[in-house]
Amino acid sequence: MFVELNNLLNTAPDRAEQGKLTLLCDAKTDGSFLVHHFLSFYLKGVSLTMARERGQLVFLEGLKSAVDVVFQAQKEPHPLQFLREANAGNLKPLFEFVREALKPVDSGEARWTYPVLLVDDLSVLLSLGMGAVAVLDFIHYCRATVCWELKGNMVVLVHDSGDAEDEENDILLNGLSHQSHLILRAEGLATGFCRDVHGQLRILWRRPSQPAVHRDQSFTYQYKIQDKSVSFFAKGMSPAVL
Amino acid sequence: MLDSLLALGGLVLLRDSVEWEGRSLLKALVKKSALCGEQVHILGCEVSEEEFREGFDSDINNRLVYHDFFRDPLNWSKTEEAFPGGPLGALRAMCKRTDPVPVTIALDSLSWLLLRLPCTTLCQVLHAVSHQDSCPGDSSSVGKVSVLGLLHEELHGPGPVGALSSLAQTEVTLGGTMGQASAHILCRRPRQRPTDQTQWFSILPDFSLDLQEGPSVESQPYSDPHIPPVDPTTHLTFNLHLSKKEREARDSLILPFQFSSENTKSSLLRQQALLRPRPGQATSHIFYEPDAYDDLDQEDPDDDLDI
Repeated sequence: MFVELNNLLNTAPDRAEQGKLTLLCDAKTDGSFLVHHFLSFYLKGVSLTMARERGQLVFLEGLKSAVDVVFQAQKEPHPLQFLREANAGNLKPLFEFVREALKPVDSGEARWTYPVLLVDDLSVLLSLGMGAVAVLDFIHYCRATVCWELKGNMVVLVHDSGDAEDEENDILLNGLSHQSHLILRAEGLATGFCRDVHGQLRILWRRPSQPAVHRDQSFTYQYKIQDKSVSFFAKGMSPAVL
Repeated sequence: MLDSLLALGGLVLLRDSVEWEGRSLLKALVKKSALCGEQVHILGCEVSEEEFREGFDSDINNRLVYHDFFRDPLNWSKTEEAFPGGPLGALRAMCKRTDPVPVTIALDSLSWLLLRLPCTTLCQVLHAVSHQDSCPGDSSSVGKVSVLGLLHEELHGPGPVGALSSLAQTEVTLGGTMGQASAHILCRRPRQRPTDQTQWFSILPDFSLDLQEGPSVESQPYSDPHIPPVDPTTHLTFNLHLSKKEREARDSLILPFQFSSENTKSSLLRQQALLRPRPGQATSHIFYEPDAYDDLDQEDPDDDLDI
């Protein structure tokens, strides 16, 4: 969790809003540092291994799971069932896996506060042959269950290849942008690689509950990724050039 | 003009983008219709009913008929709670009204429908719904129908958008500058020229429309009335102007190759001196050292020209 990013987003683990969809998008750079931020933001104070053992963290490893579905006979529908089917129309089995995993478990112990769904990343589903509308439908159902029914949050990563001919990716990215409450877009610098400034981050707030407040505000910062943190600064104000 | 959008009836397209969202304007127009006593139907596909109703007071909420296609639009839960036929079925059902009360149907969103239904089918249904008040030979007069469709511009190609545009009586394209939202309104009245207008506006917390003049001039960052304009011609190290004497000297200068039309002796002498310099007067010499490879031909190459 990067404290500076929390300050920019005006949020903290103990006072995060609920029922929100955050879209992470990267163009000409690697946006996975944002996924790490949100993973540790929501699992504050808990190590990932321990969270997994307790059942607090449910991790669907796509690659490993894909090997299972392709090379082993399945009796029940598998979350990645679409890999076996010639004309997979939808991602319903994957949605059902998500819904089962996030169902509140009443086992007598203290229940978790609210569920969070992190997807890294959706562009892979497009490359595996799903249509943009099928992926949008999957996210729609996840939103209905996670954000609306269970009052949880969703964080989704989509790559922006910048390829003007990739219409499916554009539809997915724009469709998700319209559904998101917050969009974080990490872009590589237009001038190329730089040792002290690794990229710039554009933050766009959408869909506020009060239309007059925060009317679609957008801010741009530049950042440098360090060992254990990321430092943010206004454009042109990197400590290296001041 | 923004506040009288629904007076015309028919299909009204609200074209928004990621930067300038249109749901607030959709809600403001829905509120206006409800306050005018119209029947208001919402086809909610993109957001939950709670989220759509948020911000409306109970008076407005009681007048809205909400058709929920957010929870299970594709019937994945296999319960038959969803309206049979989905959102398209619900739209088709609205074609069969016989009510004289004017009605507004809000589609949230038209993009959601356009991504999942064939464009031709959707256009046919929209045409049937939005034109049912102008069907001839109907004994019971049906009330005016307005269909408000929220369309996310970036999601569709020019073909489907063009088809919807040709069906629409009014198109509102959202944009803005410097934090101020604007609506470009294109209105097509039957048998009249289309009119267009840009209206600056903002939506208040209770979803009333606040029409405005435009972004204020004072907020532009570059003009500052307190700093006087600087004259760049002061403190120069060179002369930009000529004195009277210098001007006279310049005017009386004879240019070397300009010969006056009168054949005065001085101008003739000058011509001769310039064009045929006498050998004794030649002030420049050319020294030429030929290379070993130079081909020196003393013959005049123009000899065969026979001049």
